[in-house]
Amino acid sequence: MAGKKKKSSSMNTSIRDVGFRTAFIKGNGITKLSAVIFGLGNLLHKQIIRGLIMLSLEIAYIYYMISFGLNSIKNFITLGTKVQEEVFNEAKQIYEYVTGDNSMLCLLYGVITIVLTLGFILFLITSVKSAYGTQKKIELGKPVPTFKDDLSSLLEQNLHKTLLFTPMIGVLCFTIIPLFFMALIAFTSYDRNHQTPGNLFSWVGFDNFIALFSKGSKLSHTFWPVLGWTFTWAIFATFTCYILGMLLAMLINREGTRFKGFWRFIFVLSIAVPQFVSLLTMRTIFNANGPVNVMLRQIGVIGIRDSIPFFTDPLLAKITIICINIWIGVPFTMLTTTGILQNIPKELYEAAKVDGANAFVTFFKITLPYMLFVTTPTLITAFAGNINNFNVIFLLSGGGPETLDYYYAGKTDLLVTWLYKLTITNKDYNLGAVISILVFIIMATLTLLTYRRTGSYKDEEAFQ
Amino acid sequence: MKKTTMKMRQLITNIIVHVFLAVLGFIWVLPIFFVILTSLRKEAGQYKSYIFPRAYTLDNYKKLFDQASSLTFGRWFINTLIVAIFTCIFSAFFVLCVSYVMSRLRFKMRKKFLNIAMILGMFPGFMSMYAIYFILKGFGMLEAGPLKLVALVMVYSGGAGLGFLVAKGFFDTIPKTIDEAAFIDGATKWDVFRKITIPLSKPIIVITILNAFMAPWVDYIFAKVILGQDRKYYTIAIGLWTMLEKEFVEYYYTQFFAGCVLISIPIAILFLIIQRFYVEGVSGAVKG
Repeated sequence: MAGKKKKSSSMNTSIRDVGFRTAFIKGNGITKLSAVIFGLGNLLHKQIIRGLIMLSLEIAYIYYMISFGLNSIKNFITLGTKVQEEVFNEAKQIYEYVTGDNSMLCLLYGVITIVLTLGFILFLITSVKSAYGTQKKIELGKPVPTFKDDLSSLLEQNLHKTLLFTPMIGVLCFTIIPLFFMALIAFTSYDRNHQTPGNLFSWVGFDNFIALFSKGSKLSHTFWPVLGWTFTWAIFATFTCYILGMLLAMLINREGTRFKGFWRFIFVLSIAVPQFVSLLTMRTIFNANGPVNVMLRQIGVIGIRDSIPFFTDPLLAKITIICINIWIGVPFTMLTTTGILQNIPKELYEAAKVDGANAFVTFFKITLPYMLFVTTPTLITAFAGNINNFNVIFLLSGGGPETLDYYYAGKTDLLVTWLYKLTITNKDYNLGAVISILVFIIMATLTLLTYRRTGSYKDEEAFQ
Repeated sequence: MKKTTMKMRQLITNIIVHVFLAVLGFIWVLPIFFVILTSLRKEAGQYKSYIFPRAYTLDNYKKLFDQASSLTFGRWFINTLIVAIFTCIFSAFFVLCVSYVMSRLRFKMRKKFLNIAMILGMFPGFMSMYAIYFILKGFGMLEAGPLKLVALVMVYSGGAGLGFLVAKGFFDTIPKTIDEAAFIDGATKWDVFRKITIPLSKPIIVITILNAFMAPWVDYIFAKVILGQDRKYYTIAIGLWTMLEKEFVEYYYTQFFAGCVLISIPIAILFLIIQRFYVEGVSGAVKG
């Protein structure tokens, strides 16, 4: 059926798939003119409503550019020229503030204008293509689709456009534009000394990147250790939870274990507590005067006034955090692996038993390879998630213990929590943006390299 | 003879495994037990030199809803509920639309689209946080009180369309032949989406909805940045965090735990509901 459908509409699709260049070159005068007057081709060929919609979009854009857009592009290039000033008002005998330019808003409106302009170019292309499509249909003697046909196509061959429209607007506004905006800040001097609205900031090119990587600077002395710890943390956090969770699932799953449901319930209970609650509780429990230290004092392991520095000694803090993360993460792995373990063909184990393989051999030769095959995507997502695991670090140690060697970072800060401190606490927005870009590059490489090799990406139609 | 030694060995292993599980289980339950104990503790104040409370009371729970208190738990609860309901409607809608399109429809830009979405999805929302903060501020969303909650809904659901992978994995497992049979009967793609795919996908829809509903209850960082200092419009998570700040902690310490218990219960129930659907949903995504 699907094949038949394709054949019947092959003429339409071939016109729809024509690129902008061919449409413009092969199109007649009206089609070419549609690049200047949007929707002209449609208007002249009785597709009045479609043409009018395109034309009104063009007019709206031009109106926006004249009233606001051109000015915002100019401001975008300079990032503001007029500093806020104090002027003495003779009549009132007081100093008054004269509002100057706000570099941040200049940047923001500039970004919005650029995005709108890109949208405008997209419409230009659509206009020409649509005009060419109509022209072609008339030449071939085919009926020109009416506005009603256009609307019903939105539920049929163009259903993807209908369904994607609103989600994509959301993604555009809350993911793409912020990313673009943030990436631009990395190339400005927007730090604590250049705060808006009282002060201006300007374009500085790659200065911030150079500052971060230049040898001997405090920034690079912070960046490399923090990066190192971020990776150490991500590796440990991912694999401890993965391996221990899998072992736990196997222990509960094995033949001789009774009350399977009960054991699973006990471990799953900790997932049901919201993460920030369990993290804050853990912070309390391991505090200098928290229950753990109190208990150790009562047993007599440590002196009455002593306490084990769970969060104040750099190395111990790192170990504590990884251990607490096991408490949080293991139940999740247990849950996902339980289902998969039950899917492993029983015959494999029986065959291994016949061959006289012991528990270790069966685990490493059968269970682990099978699990790795199925869970690689989950593992990658978990690793990426741990690189950016803001909550665990921020709510447990707050990045502490603090150190004077670092530029506003503690010994357990990850890149993300350092970024948070740089931006929210210290207002060094440019440095924060640089770090975001670096983390983004790391993450994107990682996922593209690994995820695209996995079965669920290559073979998405396997189950259809 | 040999058989009995085998049985003995198996018995011993079983005992060891059960003891081990019991010890682990104890460790896993202990912190939860600590939360409940502290929430019932009569003595106010932060750290005590003993672990079990000297006296028990339910006052901590009552005090949470005390009107005179400057920390208004009841109000935070309602704020969070409103944000959660709207977030859940919008993001579930976005996720379902995108995942259906990516799984069932074929169009020119599809593969490119998948790659871009994957890279964008890798970018943690948290990193664009202050850009979003500036954008919302630039549009005056962060000035007046209630608008902040609207801003929060927009932030939570705005990028939701990118989280389509799990649901897409589920849609991928629905046989295409069903769709084709419907096409032969003259159904449009829209009909198929509405009348066949959606009803067949109840498990994944429930998971998507519940996940979206839970996000605002447990999110700390976005809420913190967007809601700022205005305590009236706090959500539960930031509200509870406030109770642990230096100026409040001595008086509100036990109440903090009472609050934690109160919000853990509904989330635990939701979680148990999700459990029933979870295995189907996730295994669909992992199987490939």
